[in-house]
Amino acid sequence: MTSYVIKDVSILDGKPTDILIRDGVIAEVGSGLKGDEVIDGTGCIALPGLVDLHTHLREPGREDAETILSGSRAAAKGGFTAVHAMANTDPVADTAGVVEQVWRLGKEAGLVDVRPVGAVTMGLEGTALAELGAMADSAAKVRVFSDDGKCVHDALLMRRALEYVKAFDGVVAQHAQEPRLTQGAQMNEGVLSGKLGLAGWPAVAEEAIIARDVLLAHHVGSRLHICHLSTAGSVEIIRWAKSRGINVTAEVTPHHLYFTDDVVESYDPIYKVNPPLRTAADVAAVRAGLADGTINIVATDHAPHPSEDKDCEWTAAAFGMTGLESALSVVYETMVVTGLLNWAGVADRMSVQPAQIGRVSDQGQPIAAGAPANLVIFDPRASELVEARKTVSASRNTPYAGRTLPGKVVATFYRGTPTVRNGELNV
Amino acid sequence: MKHLLSAADLSRDEALQILDTAKQLSVATEQGVGKLPPLRGRTVVNLFYEDSTRTRISFEAAAKRLSADVINFSAVGSSISKGESLKDTALTLEAMGAHAVVIRHNSSGAPHRLANAGWISGGVVNAGDGTHEHPTQALLDAYTLRDHLRGGEGDLTGLNVTIVGDVLHSRVARSNILLLNTLGAKVRLVAPPTLLPYGVEDWDCEVSYDLDSSLDGSDAVMMLRVQRERMNAAYFPTSHEYSNRYGLNVTRMNRLSQNAVIMHPGPMNRGMEISADVADSNRSVIVEQVANGVSVRMAVLYLMLGGSESLK
Amino acid sequence: MTNDFLPSGRVVLDASDISRALTRLAHEIVERTHGATNLTLMGIPTRGAMLATRLGELISQIQGSPVAVGAIDITMYRDDLRLRPARALQPTTIPPEGIEGRLVILVDDVLFSGRTIRAALDALSEHGRPELVQLAVLVDRGHRELPIRADYVGKNLPTSHTEKIQVNLVEHDGNDEVRIESEA
Repeated sequence: MTSYVIKDVSILDGKPTDILIRDGVIAEVGSGLKGDEVIDGTGCIALPGLVDLHTHLREPGREDAETILSGSRAAAKGGFTAVHAMANTDPVADTAGVVEQVWRLGKEAGLVDVRPVGAVTMGLEGTALAELGAMADSAAKVRVFSDDGKCVHDALLMRRALEYVKAFDGVVAQHAQEPRLTQGAQMNEGVLSGKLGLAGWPAVAEEAIIARDVLLAHHVGSRLHICHLSTAGSVEIIRWAKSRGINVTAEVTPHHLYFTDDVVESYDPIYKVNPPLRTAADVAAVRAGLADGTINIVATDHAPHPSEDKDCEWTAAAFGMTGLESALSVVYETMVVTGLLNWAGVADRMSVQPAQIGRVSDQGQPIAAGAPANLVIFDPRASELVEARKTVSASRNTPYAGRTLPGKVVATFYRGTPTVRNGELNV
Repeated sequence: MKHLLSAADLSRDEALQILDTAKQLSVATEQGVGKLPPLRGRTVVNLFYEDSTRTRISFEAAAKRLSADVINFSAVGSSISKGESLKDTALTLEAMGAHAVVIRHNSSGAPHRLANAGWISGGVVNAGDGTHEHPTQALLDAYTLRDHLRGGEGDLTGLNVTIVGDVLHSRVARSNILLLNTLGAKVRLVAPPTLLPYGVEDWDCEVSYDLDSSLDGSDAVMMLRVQRERMNAAYFPTSHEYSNRYGLNVTRMNRLSQNAVIMHPGPMNRGMEISADVADSNRSVIVEQVANGVSVRMAVLYLMLGGSESLK
Repeated sequence: MTNDFLPSGRVVLDASDISRALTRLAHEIVERTHGATNLTLMGIPTRGAMLATRLGELISQIQGSPVAVGAIDITMYRDDLRLRPARALQPTTIPPEGIEGRLVILVDDVLFSGRTIRAALDALSEHGRPELVQLAVLVDRGHRELPIRADYVGKNLPTSHTEKIQVNLVEHDGNDEVRIESEA
């Protein structure tokens, strides 16, 4: 196997050094190292390979939007070495058979670890538990369960799911959305939704479910994860829950760190997403929550959609944005450039903790001799104009199109093999 | 004026230009001029995704009286009902050489998309989009108010206009609030709290939950249509309670000042938000609103298509 | 550089010249229409309508009976409508007698290409069928582009094509004068 040496790269916030990669592991870290091939890391940052706890790969069912292969490529391009494939496929990933299929296709693609997420309820219908144990025991070893896209709104069912997954150290990842309060909802409920005549998605619809679920998790002593938290009030509730010792973790998406709901004024459905883009106060709160650790991780909620589902009027459009390829640059711009996080913090929020929550072994490890060679080399001095037609994902619904984002993934190593080199896919 | 998407697009001067132009056009009508020539060779498409016979006919009459060619494209019985997307419909209209598209759509913002997505090069007139706006209705209401209360000239400075009813779902209310403010009038909204938009306290108007205390000092009362089905979504308990608290009946009408007028964008729910006696009273200018609609829409189309700006 | 706020060019008719020209036009009209009782003056806004009003008063004084005066807006009938942004409409006022069967005299300030008059004839025909239509102008500057001529001319002013005739009237501009301005 070819060995690689990355020259003069800063590991997180450290001084420039060399990293030698051989036989799938980091062989040595130090100066003056030699390898078969040399990658210049001058001015760049080395981070452990990114782990996404929330990715929609659309296969099986919507291969026109994304496949496990195209999604894996997009993930590698963005510096990821592991992704969690959400369960809302067609058929739904609610049986051992479907999760094993996804897991196997991920293996075949071989660009990132594809970790299937199992549905909490059969068919995401919110009425009966799916075979959580069978999915956990399958070859896919599912540990994260979510009805994402839909909320497990039945309190009793949620309680049972929280309890049940304790048997195999699983976690329920809740899409917190009170359904009755969000019927027909199109955007954040605020002054702007009233003005634009779009049905509002009130913050309380998210916060009420989070409040209920942290209390439930506390009551039954379970682990709970909150998907794509988006409001200042949600941050407060998580902060309170953690102060009480409740075992809850939470994620925020790059787009909720970056955008405010003002962009909806264009009625361009590229900005239509669930949960919706929120106010400037919410953006400030989720950034602060991510900085102080209240919010544990960044997860992309990469949601590819074919053009026809976005090239239409707002209410007819699908919810969701792609995010794998832009995530690190967005976090860099919103958290690092602003001084809220250093690189160690970025590694913690985008690799270490997501791997822990998802129980992904050999991901999210410190960059040190002996660790699996999953890492990303990021050049913060570069910047790139995002162009929808140039995305690696099979879908074009990036909300950053036409914007310039700072930094660039120069290289991604997955188990010792460069999936990205010189900023381009290497596969 | 390239498009008319929102009443907020109009400055005071632009709004007055439309009203003044409408005035001249209505004079021509009164003088018996059947057809005016300025839009000869221009094609106006009425693209209606919602049934709205009165608005479509009003735009159609306006365009035809200005000698435009008019194509009516309705959701029922067309490619739209076969699932054609707005984009493909727009590309078709572009290929047919539409100079302007008048669009009525049940989705808020659809006219914005049509105007700004790069699908068509012609002008777009919003003829009502979802629960967003209906700018030509606001213009015809302003025209009617000006005609009755300001001698048909100038702006509406100093007028107090009270808008009553389902503001939450009303595109008419949104456009009226914006335009009335632009023209210097003061707006007061009266509705049960459930039928007011979230954040309405930040809007440029007064808000009240009580109709009886809001009638004094009103120069005009604009009643909004309230769908009976709203009570199924718990916006109000029963239609009986709604009309008791927020309906305009003769008792309430008689408390209005001498010159105050009563307006309704139609179609009315007689017995719900307005009693039949009020609707048919001499205070009511509802029928005039309809007539003024044609003049105002003629003015909009003339100013949009009559000159060089929209030339391809 | 030009300065729009200062009068430039050369005054060719002052207030008294204009007054005399209008008086003469009024007399000519009375003479040539033989004191017709079905006379209607239709001015073309903006300044033509003002001249029509003045002429109407003068003719009334001469005849000792009132003359019908109206205004006919030609904006929507212009053949250059599409060459400029949409123009504001001007008022059209038809006297109570109407124009059907009337002896209509169109009144304008300057006769140039003749296109305005062509448009006015079209506009007029929407309101009825006059017995006869004539044209009175304060200034005829030549350069016709259509087979149109004036029946009554206050002043013939031979001009170069590049020159501009500026008519000021008290009602609209604060003073009465006609100037020739050279295009810079």
